[in-house]
Amino acid sequence: MARLSLTHLQKVYGDFNAVDDVTIDISDGEFLVLLGPSGCGKTTTLRMVAGFVPPSAGKITIGERDVTVLPPWKRNCGLVFQSYALFPHLTVAENVAFSLEMRKVPHAERAPRVAEALRLVQLSGFDERYPRQLSGGQQQRVALARALAMQPDVLLLDEPLSNLDAKLRQEVRVEIRDLQRKLGLTTIMVTHDQEEALTMADRLVVMEKGKVRQIGNQRELYERPADRFVAGFIGRSAFLDGEATAPGRFRSRGGLDIDVGAAAGTGAATLALRPERISVAAEAGTCVNRFEARVEHVSYLGALLDIDVRLSEHDRMLLQLPNRQGSIEPKPGDTITIGWAEDAGLVYPREP
Amino acid sequence: MPGAAVAAGRWPGWIRRLSTAQRPSFGRIALNGAAGLSLGFILLPLVFVIWLAFFRQEIPSFPPEGYSLKWFAAVPGQKAFVDGFILSLQVGVLATLIGLALGVPASLALVRHRIPLGPLVNTLLLLPLVMPGIVLGTALYVFQIETEIATGWPVLGSAGGLIAAHTLVVVPWVVRLVTASLAGFDRTIEEAAQNLGAGPWKTFWRVTLPSIRPGIVAAGLFGFVTSFGNLEMSLFLVGPGRTTLPIAILQYLEWKIDPTVAAASVIQIVLIGTAMIITDRYVKLSRVV
Ligand SMILES: Nc1ncnc2c1ncn2[C@@H]1O[C@H](COP(=O)(O)OP(=O)(O)OP(=O)(O)O)[C@@H](O)[C@H]1O
Ligand SMILES: [Mg+2]
Repeated sequence: MARLSLTHLQKVYGDFNAVDDVTIDISDGEFLVLLGPSGCGKTTTLRMVAGFVPPSAGKITIGERDVTVLPPWKRNCGLVFQSYALFPHLTVAENVAFSLEMRKVPHAERAPRVAEALRLVQLSGFDERYPRQLSGGQQQRVALARALAMQPDVLLLDEPLSNLDAKLRQEVRVEIRDLQRKLGLTTIMVTHDQEEALTMADRLVVMEKGKVRQIGNQRELYERPADRFVAGFIGRSAFLDGEATAPGRFRSRGGLDIDVGAAAGTGAATLALRPERISVAAEAGTCVNRFEARVEHVSYLGALLDIDVRLSEHDRMLLQLPNRQGSIEPKPGDTITIGWAEDAGLVYPREP
Repeated sequence: MPGAAVAAGRWPGWIRRLSTAQRPSFGRIALNGAAGLSLGFILLPLVFVIWLAFFRQEIPSFPPEGYSLKWFAAVPGQKAFVDGFILSLQVGVLATLIGLALGVPASLALVRHRIPLGPLVNTLLLLPLVMPGIVLGTALYVFQIETEIATGWPVLGSAGGLIAAHTLVVVPWVVRLVTASLAGFDRTIEEAAQNLGAGPWKTFWRVTLPSIRPGIVAAGLFGFVTSFGNLEMSLFLVGPGRTTLPIAILQYLEWKIDPTVAAASVIQIVLIGTAMIITDRYVKLSRVV
């Protein structure tokens, strides 16, 4: 268990930056989640930490050890593979004991440590089974137990839950998190399931195209997204394109003048609004920014209604209304009043 | 009541399938017919040899005058057969071991690494399997003579020369079967082993090798059988007093055609068949070959 630091880490394939200048500090016992769209470099980052991909540049340290050029078998990182990668010719107990065998842990010590690891993942009594005799969820636990038995300095999880069904995923999520807390394991998990990331992480790293876009906890990412990408990737946002005309002022493409809180430079920009911060009808009455909007499309989603509205010829946005008893239910063609507070809108310079 | 037996499913499976199958297509009949015919064609000589081994009379003629086990009793009395058997066994085992020691690393290199002219090397290693034994024998004969002239070492007719030649016919089996096993091998379990603290050697012994063991066992078996039964190539390479079993049988046939030869063959068939059945219990041969 130790601190893990990635410093200016880079991986170049040909002339393609798979991982580009990634710097992350993970404190002792922290659960960090790498999140991002497919192909953004999450797995590559994880595999660099595990030692399977040599970095093109940068440094990796675990505790005080610089492990950048160390081979995988000297790193003491427990990696749980997406496919579990259990040894098919070894029993569950032999799988879990593998790292102990490699380190020449005395025979007398092995059995209790294997039993303890299997107990932690609630698989006591499965010792003599072979991996093919286990369900997917059980295999996943064996993979976890195998990684835990080596008492790793850091635990690395690459989409560990993606092969499980939805219900099992919920359970295992909680179990992994409990275990990680109990053992105080410094952990990096990779996922592209946003809900999984939000429920499990102490802190999240949002990556895109090999770069870190933002590091922060759930609240920071949701309420203060660092850029337009994060605003769209974490939770949902309604976007209006336009330009920042003056500090605190934004004009949409359709010519609507909007007051925004945070000052931004001037120039082409995008305004991002969280759908739940937008008020409708009477509730909109006190808002600084208030507009008439024409309902174009309504989607019924149970607890929520998704409503596409048009504010002007060039401005459209998405609202989300809670589907409460007695609340208004707009129909396509209706005109409604919508509004939001000054500080609800975040302005980002337009990305090239 | 036969009807009741059918209903109770007490008939052998193939009869039940025949009676319940939907009308088989012409293609299927043709395929089964061709397969059956080929199988019969392959098995017929075996059947005759086995039958012959039990004939009582010395000169094989049909129909047999009666049956006897005396030819089996005669086999151990033939010193040439016993010596040939021992030599073939020794050569076969050594050639197989050497062939594995060469073929397994070669397969690993071919599958895992981008070696220069890889496909060509692969083809070269498989070549002895398709080369006619006479051609191979002649080539080796000339080669060994030239080597003798060049170095002064007694190569032709030596045990070493014979084993080296047999290794040549074992290697293609090893390369073919082991590369096939390696191609279907999931390398993430090797990464898992390394992640758990195993260096390259440990990873190979504890993870890679056990995973390709079926291929290796099958390669050893087929390599050995090929070496054990090799006649044409060996004819060129054996020296005085060093005769393999197939050659001993051939030499015996030049003088006599009594069923001792058939009995010796039956013993061979039984031994090889037993080896295959035992191997098949541990690795499903049909899956790797
Ligand atoms: N060995 C390689 N050679 C060339 N390009 C590679 C190699 N490995 C990965 N890449 C590229 O690097 C990029 C990042 O890959 P990576 O596997 O890290 O993505 P990821 O974030 O894990 O995606 P996913 O969510 O789909 O698993 C991808 O565009 C991929 O094509
Ligand atoms: Mg990935």
